Amino acid sequence: MDKKMGNTKDHRADASGENAMNQQKPENMLGDEQRVKVLSPGMMVLKRFLRNRLAITGLIILVFMFLFSFVGGILAPFRQDQTFHTTEIMLKEYAGATRNAELRYVTAPESEFTKSAYAGMILAKNNGETSFDSNGTHFAFTLLGQDTFLIEEAKPLAEVAIRKVLFGYKTAPGFTMPEGMKQAFESAYKAGEDTFIFEDEAYQIFRTDLGATIGKTRASALASMKIYDVARPEDKALIDSFDYRMAAEQAMAAGLEAFEHDGVIYTLVEDEGSYLITYASGNGEAETFGAVSEMIINAIMPDVFLTMEFKAEAAAAINDGLSEFNYNGQRFRIDLVHRTYNIKTDTETHVLDMYHAPDSKHLLGTDQNGMDMLTRLMYGGRISLMVGFVVIFLEMFIGILIGGISGYFGKWVDTMLMRFIDLFNCIPYWPILLILGSVMDTLEVDSYVRIFLLMFVLGLLGWTGIARVVRGQILALREQDFMIAAEATGVRVSRRIIKHLVPNVMPLLIVQATLGLGGIILTEATLSFLGLGVKYPLASWGSIINAASNPYIVTNYWYIWVPAGLLILLTVLGFNFVGDGLRDAFDPKMKR
Amino acid sequence: MSKFIIRRVFLAALIILFGAFIVYAVIRALPSSYVETIARQRATMPNSKSYADWVAELNALFRLDTDVFTGFAGWLGDAIRGEFGNSWSYGIKVTEKFADVIWYTVALNIITFILQIAIAIPLGIMAARKQYSKMDYAITFFAMVGISLPSFFLSTMLKYVFSINLGWFDLYGIVGRYHEQLSSWGKLLDMAHHLVLPVTTLTLLSIGGLMRFTRTNMLEVLGADYIRTARAKGLPENKVINRHAFRNTLIPLVSYMSYLLPSMFAGSMITETLYQIPGIGYIAFGAIRAGDIPFTMFYSVFSIVLTQISLLIADMMYAVVDPRVRIN
Repeated sequence: MDKKMGNTKDHRADASGENAMNQQKPENMLGDEQRVKVLSPGMMVLKRFLRNRLAITGLIILVFMFLFSFVGGILAPFRQDQTFHTTEIMLKEYAGATRNAELRYVTAPESEFTKSAYAGMILAKNNGETSFDSNGTHFAFTLLGQDTFLIEEAKPLAEVAIRKVLFGYKTAPGFTMPEGMKQAFESAYKAGEDTFIFEDEAYQIFRTDLGATIGKTRASALASMKIYDVARPEDKALIDSFDYRMAAEQAMAAGLEAFEHDGVIYTLVEDEGSYLITYASGNGEAETFGAVSEMIINAIMPDVFLTMEFKAEAAAAINDGLSEFNYNGQRFRIDLVHRTYNIKTDTETHVLDMYHAPDSKHLLGTDQNGMDMLTRLMYGGRISLMVGFVVIFLEMFIGILIGGISGYFGKWVDTMLMRFIDLFNCIPYWPILLILGSVMDTLEVDSYVRIFLLMFVLGLLGWTGIARVVRGQILALREQDFMIAAEATGVRVSRRIIKHLVPNVMPLLIVQATLGLGGIILTEATLSFLGLGVKYPLASWGSIINAASNPYIVTNYWYIWVPAGLLILLTVLGFNFVGDGLRDAFDPKMKR
Repeated sequence: MSKFIIRRVFLAALIILFGAFIVYAVIRALPSSYVETIARQRATMPNSKSYADWVAELNALFRLDTDVFTGFAGWLGDAIRGEFGNSWSYGIKVTEKFADVIWYTVALNIITFILQIAIAIPLGIMAARKQYSKMDYAITFFAMVGISLPSFFLSTMLKYVFSINLGWFDLYGIVGRYHEQLSSWGKLLDMAHHLVLPVTTLTLLSIGGLMRFTRTNMLEVLGADYIRTARAKGLPENKVINRHAFRNTLIPLVSYMSYLLPSMFAGSMITETLYQIPGIGYIAFGAIRAGDIPFTMFYSVFSIVLTQISLLIADMMYAVVDPRVRIN
């Protein structure tokens, strides 16, 4: 100690000696340029800060981040929720084909072959019978060809009550029986025949207990397994008409190669159970009229009309057991799924441009919603930084208030507030945040409200550290001479706190706040990563990197998660560097 | 001393009570629709109790039909007797589930703790010995990076490199696919193998803080007069560092580390979740996400108790290490 004091004394002596000399020599007079430059405390801090390379690095990083987030968002060519689309070739279901397994029928004109009649026919067919009754009408059917049936109905025209030689006629409404017909019937009945002919038409006789019923049979319907397609839609009515079908079925059953309908000769070309129907058009060339097959082929895609040629091609391919076929230069694939053939083809589809690799339009690619990654990162940065600043200001506000009161008033106020801080500190930080996040998930809170709640809770849980620092500083400052002087000169309490204490606490507070910002950004990012923080459609860096919880994305799309992670790392690093640099600059005695 | 400890324990108990009350109050203050939604969700699960039963069970467990204070007193009475109820998401007693999983956490954290000390303290001392050297800057820089790294980013990168590209480790879990077919020694090795990445993550994240702490304290000690004296009397540098300097940095270090000890049981929620290590952190995370109120309540109280114990130990260790504190 003695030695030190001695030194100081010597130094003083030197200085005074120099002064004396200066006064003697005019060139050594105290001019402005000779005076030792004394910097203000603020300038000293700035100088020391600027000399610290890590701190400057941190500052540059932070300036970049702010420009990136707040200016970048303005300059970005895209909106943050703008989605991008692309067309993609996808193998899509084009048509479905099944082998027809049920009889389809066409009804003859003026015939009333109803659905219930059809059901009755199927029942009779399965029971091995050839006739059935439905709705009071008697039907009989005959096999025309393979799985092709002609159904005839017998319409009762008159009931005849016969007693010995007396015939009593009771005709159906709207039918009058001419005398000649009665005679024809009577003679046929007596001869024991089942039919009789009158005026070139055949009538049936059904014998009953009381006598007989006279009926007239006529074709009612044609049931077949075959599916008919037409080349031109306007021919649809023709091909579905009973007469046309009848002619065609009869020709097919007989194995003929042509048939005639309405004066036109149609040619049948057989190909493994399917037929192509052609006719000679006006100029004599064979033109396709329709096709017959046992396949039902329907379009699956909307806005697709299946042409007859396509259906024929598909049916032929299925019959041949092929797995692929070409039509019109397009490749079709056939998949058999439980008796249904799915015909698939490559189709151009308009889809979200997901996970687009980085290129000149999207510098960092696009994310899972087809949004531009770079733009999302810019807007995400805004939220991440904003959350950090709002929370730290909230923490500072509460911390300075509680810490200031505690430190300034001391005594029981201090003890009480410090215990309160102890109590507050014991609130489990992460469990509470996670509970709130889960609750907000369950209640489906709006994403904007979420951010405000998140900031509020983070601020509320984090102020105690700042309060402790402020209190410690103020406790120390309160005892210093300048405070006693301020009290002695009668400065108001509020003014003493605001003018004299707070400016002295400020440096440490700024350091605390800068270091704290990094921590808050990390907390928010972690919460968002876990899916409990900022939610879609808003983004923060943490919620952007949330996609990385899927290993598939980690493996294949580095540009989805690496940039966001780097931005968080760099920003937090920047705040820590600057905070450290500020601490060193404010108090050079304090070690890093 | 004993008077101090008694007062301290009393205070800790008071704080624990308050903390438990806060958590209880928070859970009670949840909008009732939350509880109803959870009960409704649970009721739709197969073989579940009916909605009314769930609501009734919730009321019985948390005494939601009474006011906050009576309710809390009732819950506390049960809790002191070790009755924390049945976990909703795991189906067994909360305490049973806790006993099942806590050892994964302890194993994970003890390994991390040892590694952390073994790496951070020597590096911190090295940085302090050659202050402002390249070595010092490098160590400071990496300590800073370690502090600033988001745990999820670090773990994702580690997984990307070591699990996906190199294929050395599994992405998730504590046991491999063929765990059941292994011998007991093999099972242990299998688990150790699965702990490598989580331990690496935790270690990398935690050494930064300890390194800076060691360096700061070491620098303080190295500036002291008795170090200059030791050097002046011609002691070899190693002896100065190891005998004179390091022993004195132990005071803050020991209290810092004793503070860390109880947190070994609290679990590292984020890291365990990222690697799906079924320790207390991951299990609690799952429970909180699923709205499992009994487990959440238990875990929160458990972590409050741990914090208080660590503060208590830190205070006491101060007294043990530093005689000056003992005299006061």
